Order: sequence, then structure tokens, then C-alpha cells
Amino acid sequence: MDDTVIEAKGLSKRYGDATAVDRVSFSIAPGEIFGLLGPNGAGKTTTILMLLGLTEISSGEARVLGHDPVREPLAVKRRVGYLPDMVGFYDYLTAADNLHYTGRLMGFSSAERKRRIADALARVGLSEVAEKRVAKFSRGMRQRLGLAEIIMKDARVAILDEPTNGLDPQASVELLALIRSLKAAGVSVLLSSHLLDRVQSVCDRVALFNGGKIALMGTVAELGRQVLGGGYAVEVEADAGEGVRVRLGAIPGVRGVSEAAPGRLRMLCDRDVRPEAAAAVVSAGGRLKNLALDEPSLETIYTRYFQNVQEEARDAA
Amino acid sequence: MRREGSAFQGLGVVLIKELTDHLTSARMRVLEWLVVLTALAAVYGAITQVRDVTAEDPFLFLRLFTTARDPLPSFVSFLGFLAPLMAIGLGFDAINGEHNRRTLSRILSQPIYRDALLFGKFLAGLAVLAISLVALWLLVIGLGLIMLGVPPGGDEMARALVFLLVTIAYAGVWLALAIMASIVFRSAATAALVTLGLWLFLTIIWPSLAPALVQALVSPDNQVLQITAAQDLARLSPSTLFGETVLAILHPTTRTLGPVYLDQLQGALMGAPLSLRESLMVAWPQIVGMIAASILLFVAGYVVFQRQEVRA
Repeated sequence: MDDTVIEAKGLSKRYGDATAVDRVSFSIAPGEIFGLLGPNGAGKTTTILMLLGLTEISSGEARVLGHDPVREPLAVKRRVGYLPDMVGFYDYLTAADNLHYTGRLMGFSSAERKRRIADALARVGLSEVAEKRVAKFSRGMRQRLGLAEIIMKDARVAILDEPTNGLDPQASVELLALIRSLKAAGVSVLLSSHLLDRVQSVCDRVALFNGGKIALMGTVAELGRQVLGGGYAVEVEADAGEGVRVRLGAIPGVRGVSEAAPGRLRMLCDRDVRPEAAAAVVSAGGRLKNLALDEPSLETIYTRYFQNVQEEARDAA
Repeated sequence: MRREGSAFQGLGVVLIKELTDHLTSARMRVLEWLVVLTALAAVYGAITQVRDVTAEDPFLFLRLFTTARDPLPSFVSFLGFLAPLMAIGLGFDAINGEHNRRTLSRILSQPIYRDALLFGKFLAGLAVLAISLVALWLLVIGLGLIMLGVPPGGDEMARALVFLLVTIAYAGVWLALAIMASIVFRSAATAALVTLGLWLFLTIIWPSLAPALVQALVSPDNQVLQITAAQDLARLSPSTLFGETVLAILHPTTRTLGPVYLDQLQGALMGAPLSLRESLMVAWPQIVGMIAASILLFVAGYVVFQRQEVRA
């Protein structure tokens, strides 16, 4: 058994002349949470649908748990759970009945379904409303019910399309916790999103989509080094004169100091220089208010990346 | 390239789910009441009329279906109107409803093919139509037995049964059309309007438009061509096919559905009824036409559905 769970090689999707997904390649290891990021229309959902065999692949190859989604879609769909963007349920049926229907489609016996559905609803915290109609459910409850379906299926791979889209902060925190618990149960997760800070907190690796291509791929720290030019950013907030800025700039390993806001200096450096920076401020007679090491946030990477792309395009023109 | 597994995996599950949905839906209840009430009114009208007029008719029982009493139309023409209406009501949101509820991609990500979903929906619709029409048919026959007090003969029952099957096939055409519209149009309201519009056009306007078209195109000297061409054109409408079939099946004296030539009448006993087999032969092209139309419409919808993107 191959140990990659999902493998895409040069996956492309063309609609007439337009190319929605352009030679995308990536692979996902067992138990990994992999994020597909990018603006709307970058080809994330199309990539997901190709992996599930729900849309045809124009060229390239995909393997999901060793199966080809074009030739063996049933084998793929039997083992992969899918939570579509803004998932919908039959409003006039109860939560449990909705799961019973998909459970029947999965081919489970009646007793098996009852057991699995009770377990799955308990896992996502919907046991209390199992017999309530889905019409009354909030967005967050629907998303959790969608996860319950994946849990019931006992899927080896969960593919989640924009799982936190349209959720309030509380609901999306709960949902992300559930996604982590999937990983803990040994499920590989592929999720797509344009909400970056949410994704950053759960993903092991991410792929940044732009115009149907994967622009960047790797862990968040790796992307940070690639896009932001590497290193650390230390932010110093202090009441101090011009002298402080000079002293901070003189610390070995500091590449530059800029004033992010009045009284707030931002240092780009090759290593964590917080102890030296604190000493420098104090010795310059300044009062240190705050000292922080800036982890590269996905948001920064993402914004900077697209700024760079636009600048390059402008330079080329 | 062969696909793995059966295209019909999950068909039974979808069929039962759709059947349950239909039978418990408020829409179904409204349609049932509409059909039952209007049909009962028609049968009541027919029975009072039959009692007054045709005491000597050898096919008295079949008159129950075809006799009209002003201002009520006959049971047959009621069904001709209501069966399509029911079929359209059951089918117009079959696929686009799943799209709009955003359930389609979730269901299709289960281990089934699209075939199972579409077949299941069509068969469930057809089953519901069959159940309602059989119930209605039994109701009418029971009422006829009670109110006429004359037991039907074997030939009459056989003809009534054929009439029932033909009506189900006729409803199937409109069901296939409605399901196709539900695939092509993303909005359920558009699909319903388009199908209802087509139904009204084909049922009411086309039968009178067809002769007018032929008059404009064919020279008035060739009268035979004019008549046959008008008839052929009118037969593009399933309503015409249904009307002609019913005429042949329920009026056993019907010898032909087209123009009658003098040589065909040689040796014929005017007014003598045909056997059921002969009546079936007369209407056979029409019956086959209706079944073929529903298959064609279903296949067209099937092809579009297979190529459609599932994303909302």
C-alpha cells in the first residue's frame, strides 16, 4: 500500500478555452491536514471535484487511496467523505433521517446505521437535536452535521470545501476543533479556504492557488521564508528618541529597522533578537512597553505574495 | 473505458426515498384531491347521462369513461388534462431542487452513480402516478358498478385496463419532460413555467395550429395529402396520441384513426365493434409513439445531466 493518501499529477481542467485548473501537482500523507488556499475562483473547488470523480479531468492524473477517480469513482467515494461548500440537507427530514438516507446509499444495514449515526452525532455534539428537522438548524449545525456524515462513513480521507465559510467565530472555532479531532483519529484532511487565519491554525501544509496554478506549497513557516524573504520580525514598542532606532539597527543580525507606527519599531532580523533589543532600548534610556516576535501569518504571506505578483506583472508591462 | 460497479447501485434507496417524499408531500395531497374530486364529478355526470340515453349500448361500461354531460367534460378528457398536470407537478423540481438545496454534490459524493439518482427519481414519479391512477381507476369502476348496476363484460374490463396503462404511459411522457426541464433550468419556477407552457401549447394550440400550417404549405388541390399531413403534424403532440389511442380503445367501433378509403370499407360491417386485439392494432403506433417519446425525453435529460457540473 502506497503511503500517500491523495496524489495529483499535472491535474488540469479546461472549459473550452478557459483553464480553471492548470497542471496542479501535490500529494497528501496519511494523517495530514492539507489546505488549499486562494481567492474565490482560483480552482480550489474544481480540483476537489476532480479528485472525487464528480467532474472530468481534462489532463493529468489523480490517485485517491490508490484508486483512479475517473475509472473507479465508487471505490473512491466509498472511502472519502466530502463536505461541500455551504452543504445542504433535506430540510423536511430530521438530522438522523438525513444521515439514514446517505447511510443507506453507503450500503449500511439498519442496525449498523443506527449505531454509526448515534456515534457520529455524539462526536459532533448534535445528539440532542437528532430528531429535529434540519430546517431549524443554524449554518454551524449544518456544517457539523456534514462532518457527522463523514464520521459515520468512517472515511479515511475527509475533503472539506470552505468548511468555515459563513460561520460565526464561535462556530468556526468548534468546527476547527472537530477537524483536528478527525486528524487525531487518523483521517487525512484536505480543506479549502479563503479564510486564512482559521486555516493556519489547523493545517500542516498548505498550497496557495492563484489563477488555477499552485503558486506556493509547504508549511506556513516555509512559505513565510519564501515570500517574506525569511528571517524574523521583532516588534518593539517603546517611548524613546531617535537613538533607540540606531542602537537597534546596530544589533548583530538585524537587517533593517522601520517605524511601523509612531512609537512602534519593526526589526527584520536573521534570528530572534528580543533579549538584545530589550537591552538596547533600556540602555538608550527608553521605556519598553511591548516586545513581540512576529510569527509570519498566512495573511501576511498571502497579501505579500499577491502584491509581489502584481508588481511583477506591472514591471513586465 | 469501463466504469467500475453497477450504474444502478443505490437505485432502490433513491427510489424509496423519493417515493416517501412524494407520498408525504403537501403538493401530492393537493394533486390527489384535485384529481379525485374532478374525476368523481365527471363520472357522476356520465352516469346520469348514460342512464338517460344509451340503454342498448353493448359497451355500456366503457361509456362511463367517455360520456360527457354539459357542462362537465368526460372522465377521459379530465384525465387528459390532469395526468400531465400531476406529472409536471411531480417532476419539475426533481434535479434543480437538489441543486438549490445544495444536496446534489453531497448525495453524488456517496458511492453511487448519477444514473441511480435520475432513474430513481423518474421511477418514483412514475410509481406515484401509477398508484394514483390505479386508485382513481378502481374508484371509477367501483362507482360505476354501484350506480349503473350493470356488471362489465370481460372485453370491457380488458379495454379499461389497457386504457389505464395507456394513461400511465401518457403521464410518463410529461414526467420525462418535466424532469428534463428540471435538469436544464436551474430555477424550479422556470422549469415549471416552461413545462406548463409546452403542455398548454401542445394540448390546446397545436391541434388547431397543425391544420392551419398545412393549409399554408400544401396546395389545396391535394386533399388527401392535406388531411394526412395535418394529422401527422398534429401527432407530434402527445395529447393527440393519447386522444387517438383512447378513441380506438374505448370506442370498439373505431376502425381507423386516419382517413378512410372506400376500398377499406369493402366487406366491412358498419358499426360492428372490433375485437380488443384489432383495436390495439389500430392504436399501436400511437401507443408506441408515447412510450418512445418518454424514453427519448428521458434520454435527452440523462445525457444533459451526465455532462452537467455538480457545483452550485
